[in-house]
Amino acid sequence: MLKVENINMSYGDLQVLWDVSFEVNEGEIVVLVGANGAGKSSILKTISGLQKVSSGKIKFDNDDLTIIDPAEIIKKGVVHVPEARRLFNEMTVEENLIMGSLHGEAKEKRNETIKKCYDLFPRLKERQKQAAGTLSGGEQQMVAVARGLMSLPKLLMLDEPSLGLAPVLVQDIFDIIKGIRQQGITVLLVEQNVQTTLKFCDRAYVLENGKITLEGTGKDLLNNEHVREAYLGI
Amino acid sequence: MDLFLQSLVSGLLIGGLYAIIGIGMTLIMGVLKIINLAHGQILMVAMYITWVLWHTWGLDPYLSIFITIPLVFVFAEGLSKYLLHPLIEKDSILPENQVLMTVGIGMVLVELARSIFTSDYRSIQTSYTDKSLYIGNISLSLPLVIAFIIAIILTVGLFYLLAKTDLGRSIRATAQDKFSATLMGISAAKITILTYGLGSALDAAAGSLLLPVYYLYPDVGPLFTVKAFVITILGGLGSTVGAIAGGLVLGIAETFGATYISSGYRDATGLVIFLIVLVFFPGGLKRFTKV
Ligand SMILES: Nc1ncnc2c1ncn2[C@@H]1O[C@H](COP(=O)(O)OP(=O)(O)O)[C@@H](O)[C@H]1O
Ligand SMILES: [Mg+2]
Repeated sequence: MLKVENINMSYGDLQVLWDVSFEVNEGEIVVLVGANGAGKSSILKTISGLQKVSSGKIKFDNDDLTIIDPAEIIKKGVVHVPEARRLFNEMTVEENLIMGSLHGEAKEKRNETIKKCYDLFPRLKERQKQAAGTLSGGEQQMVAVARGLMSLPKLLMLDEPSLGLAPVLVQDIFDIIKGIRQQGITVLLVEQNVQTTLKFCDRAYVLENGKITLEGTGKDLLNNEHVREAYLGI
Repeated sequence: MDLFLQSLVSGLLIGGLYAIIGIGMTLIMGVLKIINLAHGQILMVAMYITWVLWHTWGLDPYLSIFITIPLVFVFAEGLSKYLLHPLIEKDSILPENQVLMTVGIGMVLVELARSIFTSDYRSIQTSYTDKSLYIGNISLSLPLVIAFIIAIILTVGLFYLLAKTDLGRSIRATAQDKFSATLMGISAAKITILTYGLGSALDAAAGSLLLPVYYLYPDVGPLFTVKAFVITILGGLGSTVGAIAGGLVLGIAETFGATYISSGYRDATGLVIFLIVLVFFPGGLKRFTKV
């Protein structure tokens, strides 16, 4: 479904991604793990078209995402839920959801999808008229995920959805992600929460200093010597 | 008492025009993150267009908003696209450069106006220029009443646009978080350019509406840039509702100054209020409007 092929990417003179390649197959949950600053968010930004690559290709089905605009990328069903949620804080919950459905089919089905999001997150229905900035961290993360779902994703990319949440809520978020996959949406997840994510993903890639250093199933990597030492502290 | 009420009402009417000037400035500030120091000059351009339309074809100044609004919109979009936006896109250039660019645009517009129209004072006479409505002993200048009503219609229209349409929501979203807005598939560049046009178009409407009650000369430009700045600061920078409050307060303050001190102190009173607010309520009137 998604095939990232040998991408290099720089911010000005600072190169942060080096010859990165990986793929996500339809129906999978794939995780990119790595320490702070490894380049995880940068990978998602290049996929969603916010950053241009200096070389390499990002194939989604038959399109090369490196040469099309962010708006077109969303229309193709590639949706990015950013790190730290980045809601429109002064807008209401409902307006935030609407912002996820500005284009194409998502716009036509807006009301229908909003209902589905409220079914999935009843809490958000209660708070639909409240400014997003006044919600708790967990609720804000629900809005961020729901806003992503509003774009009718085929591939949903989530950047550290567990960041800053209490442990109980972290489990909730991962349950929600499983639920999303059951609806037929493919998930590309970025996490620092290595232990939990490796347990429930299908496959994972380890990113270090902008390079992919390891790949395998979640189980393989959980048993991998290097991963245990560097990320699990065992 | 009548004098007091008279000043209050006159101040409110002119304040309605100040409000749309301030809303335009606030929109631009919200999305472009700059103070548009060409704001009054753009209003002046709209006044000259209105004057020319009236002078040459006898077009009614209120009808001319149907020409000045789209014309100034396109003109300002051009300014934004070719002069301001190229600076915004360069991260390495300080944001102040865009403000300096607006200063430059403002100066060029004033000097252009001076070379075309000279510095002479101009005004227009219509059949209703001197007409008044009376409520008890209070007289309301008919042109100001008409202008006030049109200003309200424009404001309501704008708020509808911002609150209820995808375009308006995209403008607010871009003002709040450009990065997220881009993720939603909003072209921040397009919205930025469009917002400068939209803010200037409101400004243009105010210019056309002012002409029947105001003298026109090139230096009206800088004068109104200062007023727009004062209104926006009064409004608490970045709040459209605040800008309405700021506009009304400035209008009333000026009228009271003119009534109770001397008509020569009209503009000075506004500036004194401005200083008082800066010193005692640094957040502007936002403290009271909470929006
Ligand atoms: N907008 C930016 N401009 C310049 N450097 C950046 C920018 N965003 C991230 N970086 C740098 O790129 C590297 C990778 O960052 P990022 O992709 O955010 O890592 P991660 O998400 O894995 O923590 C870091 O060294 C970071 O400092
Ligand atoms: Mg990150």
